[in-house]
Amino acid sequence: MSAPDTAAATEPAAPPAEEQPAGERVGDTRPLGARTFSPGQKRGERSGRTSSRALSAWGWGAVGILLIVLVWELYKFFGPADGVVVFGTRILPRTTDLAMPHVWEMIGRILAPVTRAEGSPPLWAAIALAALTTLGIAAVGWIVGVVVGIALALVMQRWRLVEWGLLPWIILSQTVPLIAFAPIVKSWGSRVEIAGVQWQDWMSVALIASYLAFFPIAVGALRGLQSPDRIHTELMYTYAAGYWPTLLRLRFPASVPYLLPALRLGAANAVVGAVVAEVSTGLQGGIGRLLIQFAGQASGDPSKAWAPIFGAVALGLVAAGSVAMLGLLLKDYRRGEAT
Amino acid sequence: MTLRQTQDAAGTTPERDSVVVRGVAKTFTTKTGDVSALEAIDLTVAAGEFVALIGPSGCGKSTLLRLIADLDAPTSGTIEVFGKPADKARRDQDYGIAFQQAGLLPWRTVAANIALPLELHGLATAERKARVAELAELVGLTDFFDRHPDQLSGGMQQRVAIARALAARPRLLLMDEPFGALDEMTRERMQTELARIAAETGAAVVFVTHSVPEAVFLSDRVVVMSPRPGRITTVLETGFGSDAARDEALRESPAFFDRVTAVREALHGVPVSATGREGR
Repeated sequence: MSAPDTAAATEPAAPPAEEQPAGERVGDTRPLGARTFSPGQKRGERSGRTSSRALSAWGWGAVGILLIVLVWELYKFFGPADGVVVFGTRILPRTTDLAMPHVWEMIGRILAPVTRAEGSPPLWAAIALAALTTLGIAAVGWIVGVVVGIALALVMQRWRLVEWGLLPWIILSQTVPLIAFAPIVKSWGSRVEIAGVQWQDWMSVALIASYLAFFPIAVGALRGLQSPDRIHTELMYTYAAGYWPTLLRLRFPASVPYLLPALRLGAANAVVGAVVAEVSTGLQGGIGRLLIQFAGQASGDPSKAWAPIFGAVALGLVAAGSVAMLGLLLKDYRRGEAT
Repeated sequence: MTLRQTQDAAGTTPERDSVVVRGVAKTFTTKTGDVSALEAIDLTVAAGEFVALIGPSGCGKSTLLRLIADLDAPTSGTIEVFGKPADKARRDQDYGIAFQQAGLLPWRTVAANIALPLELHGLATAERKARVAELAELVGLTDFFDRHPDQLSGGMQQRVAIARALAARPRLLLMDEPFGALDEMTRERMQTELARIAAETGAAVVFVTHSVPEAVFLSDRVVVMSPRPGRITTVLETGFGSDAARDEALRESPAFFDRVTAVREALHGVPVSATGREGR
């Protein structure tokens, strides 16, 4: 059943259309009732439906967060102070204020200044600044990952032999614990100078982020570029369209439904990569550094250690959300997904 | 008054045959051995002629169409399209093609789908727009210009595909069971439409189908094929002439039933009664 039929069926109160399309006379076999709508009405109805759907999605999201808060506080209240221990192994944490601060204490701590020193900025501001720094580095890593990933997918799609030769190495690349090599990457980088620009430590972190980001993008883009049906590739062949016109008008648009989840995954990987690389290279200014620093102060200020964790979560959400915005811009290319 | 008649009346140049197939064979190599799909095919399609290829599954009718379209190469024999080798004709965009599936690009609107071949051939924007509007009018989709394929019925999608095939004004249309996936009512309307469009544009048509009435209704000649190996067994003139109105009256005329029976007998190889057999 085609979309107009559905729209008319779910909206019985639609007034008859002012303009009866002249094109209907030829070959249109849909019942008359299905034609009585105008495009404007349908669009309005659809946007109304999506906005209410978006609202309920946010609502359920809030319920989920509340549920986690509830479980946290209930366990803290009812759970044994020394945690749940089975055969000498602690499977649930201690419920002391040191291990599990109250939710409101963590929120209160975020609003309070970083230290007791005079003129100290509020903790949330310090976290936000660090998160933005890390986001910037992760974004650079993500962009490098996108460029490299799509370039790899293009050569693999173009030459089957390259795919056979390269794909195993790409998969193998992700088994290398690059995080462990982060200090080495940093020390290599310190000896690199490109066009008079000295290699910066944040570039090492971005490089590691891109290393984690490129993989899902390369794999997703390859699948997307290979996704056009034979009927479409043959059609382009009958138009005598060469490689580039086919790529531009068929393969790239067809790859969007595969590429978007890959880009989102890549963004999440880039954030994780950046945070972990910050920790292991000891880069100052990012959220990774704050995680380590505040965890060290946890014995005296247990709520403070949670602040950068929330910052990292927010960072991941912003990164994934930005890519989701990209999906909205490209919604026409995702029509295959809907039906 | 059709375009073709105008050209004939002008009579400046004698029109070249659209398709000339000479001694073509096609063998597919498979793991279990060679499979002969076509053997000793000779076929000439005159300019502006409507030829239907009919036969049971596996008789190679689609393969023959793909050879003409240069989507596959013959194992032996030659294929000329407007006096040129098939691959040259393809590169010169001498034919338009439509398949059983409409094969529209889902992210493009109706207008953008019709415009695709024109875009690829670098037609100027203004010219392209005018041509697309003209084509949408021809297939009766002017009011669905900005819709996307998922908002159209199967019949409408197929009409977009036909408009797209006609976009570059080809003098030859290749159609591989274009109405095969449509319901009977839509199918009959589309046949009437296609007959009108073919007459208006004066293009020759090679039309693959496995429906006997469809073949008889549309074409000037019906080419009956048999399988294993695919070969042409009979060629029947429908005798309606290119000027005959393809309408409901024709479908109910005794001449139409006669031709349907004749094609059916050629297909089955033995005389069958005209009534009581597959009423498609």
